Amino acid sequence: MEHHIKLPERSIEKTTTTLNLGPTHPATHGVFQNILELDGERIVSAEQTVGYIHRAFEKIAERRPLYQITPLTDRLNYCSSPINNMGWHLTCEKLLGVKTPKRVDYLRIIIMELARISDHLICNSVVGVDSGAFTGFLYVMQYRELIYEIYEEVCGSRLTTNMGRIGGFERNFNNTAFEKIEKFLKEYPGVLKEFGNLFMRNRIFMERTMGCGGISAERALNYGFTGPNLRATGVDYDVRVHTPYSSYEDFNFSVPVGKTGDNYDRFLVRDAEMWQSISIIQQAYQKIQEFKGTEAEVYHADAPEYFLPPKQDVYTKMEALIWHFKIVMGETEIPPGEVYQSVEGGNGELGFYLISDGGRSPYRLHFRRPCFIYYQAYSELTKGSMLSDAVITMSSLNLIAGEMDA
Amino acid sequence: MVLFYIKAFSHFHIFIFSHFLSMLSNQTIKERLIQKFGDQVFNFEEPYGMLTFESDKDNNLKVMQFLFDDEELRFQFLTDLTAVHYPNKQGKELAVVYHLHNLVDNVRIRFKVFTAVEKPDVFTATKLFESANWMERETFDFYGVNFVGHPNLKRILNVDEMTYFPMRKEFPLEDQTRIDKDDAMFGR
Repeated sequence: MEHHIKLPERSIEKTTTTLNLGPTHPATHGVFQNILELDGERIVSAEQTVGYIHRAFEKIAERRPLYQITPLTDRLNYCSSPINNMGWHLTCEKLLGVKTPKRVDYLRIIIMELARISDHLICNSVVGVDSGAFTGFLYVMQYRELIYEIYEEVCGSRLTTNMGRIGGFERNFNNTAFEKIEKFLKEYPGVLKEFGNLFMRNRIFMERTMGCGGISAERALNYGFTGPNLRATGVDYDVRVHTPYSSYEDFNFSVPVGKTGDNYDRFLVRDAEMWQSISIIQQAYQKIQEFKGTEAEVYHADAPEYFLPPKQDVYTKMEALIWHFKIVMGETEIPPGEVYQSVEGGNGELGFYLISDGGRSPYRLHFRRPCFIYYQAYSELTKGSMLSDAVITMSSLNLIAGEMDA
Repeated sequence: MVLFYIKAFSHFHIFIFSHFLSMLSNQTIKERLIQKFGDQVFNFEEPYGMLTFESDKDNNLKVMQFLFDDEELRFQFLTDLTAVHYPNKQGKELAVVYHLHNLVDNVRIRFKVFTAVEKPDVFTATKLFESANWMERETFDFYGVNFVGHPNLKRILNVDEMTYFPMRKEFPLEDQTRIDKDDAMFGR
């Protein structure tokens, strides 16, 4: 008798199941595809497919003047876009030799630490959602909202911020921004405490996250882990401490580290880092209050070649008009050189490798995207664990599709 | 499962690192490399403070293995791996650039090998660093560098059917000043 169903050869004898997790599975928070080989509910192997939202930023950047590349960096790790923006400005400033005033550095630090908090907050609460606790996620959303309102006061937009310019900020922080930062500093610690109480000693959460998705420090370093995922394995590598940028050396803070590198430790490290970020914001806010007189109004470096002059000057002064025209048309030539600058992003070391041959745009720009590099380890992290653990492992790695695919 | 706090007041750390930096200076690294490889490593530069040097492409693994294993150098962390296309450099069109990091002494170096675009064969670093796996696939995907010995060298971000290497300079982006297109809808 003729068989109507044609099965692939040897598929009857096969004892494992192939499961497509993604690319649009809601549990994967982004466009990820994982082809899992399952033995019952245990994962035998996982093969990741990436590149679904690749947008060729590195190629596009080769045609753009420096200030037009900032919006591209927004779209890398869009949970903490200001860190990417600041990282890009720091790269440009290093290449151009622009020295930023201390007040600018401290303002940047406030923004970067707020961004770090919002990034970690999303990641940790999503780990909660994936282990069955939706409450925490919904509760902390209003504080992410408050952070986004602060961004809005500073730059006008919320998610893809395009914040700051080469040399500083486009305008000074207004009073509402400072009031909102004060409000955040006042209210958020209590919320974070409650959020921690909800999870940290929660029996269900502990049993779901402890001992799964773990990795040793040696393997993590070999896999190129950075950021909270590396620190959860016990390595105290933090770009803010190792290669201080934007005056991080003026601040006192600790680098929390874990031990086992599993999902629970990653959660704890992120939680502890949020407490450190609050302390850094407090210190920076205090330091900003100490500036007096004209110093208290400084919000950008003196770099007329790259920083747009005030509009009233453009209409009344010739110099300002020339610079305005040159900057907007991308006429300012950048010096030839080769720069690597990295910042501690929300999920690891975000690096910018910029080669300039002296034209108006970079000759080559490469982004070191932390989660592209450590996502390789996903197969090793999930081997032998249950399918439901693999979902938690994925969210606790803080993978951002936009950053991975650049 | 216990969370430890490393005492890392940043002032304290910077003191330690600057102390280390004086121990493993760029000059020391350069001397060690020349002592070991002679004139097989060349073009030493220090753009913006980062030691940058080159070697022949056949020696890339030997150099990186030495940097990895040497008790003084300890460059055991691969930060970044990428390529650059220089169409005008005859016979050395593609540069493969490695950024290595010594996490103990906190020193970074940049190491380059150049290869011809007709036969872009470079040995893979995957045996040394697991992290090189996808970074080399990405480099292959965009520049066509053929990493010899790579376990799974196929495209990663672009579609599998693609037949060219889009980051090479022969594929320019659209010139924004072109006037031959009549597209009133998009304001050109």
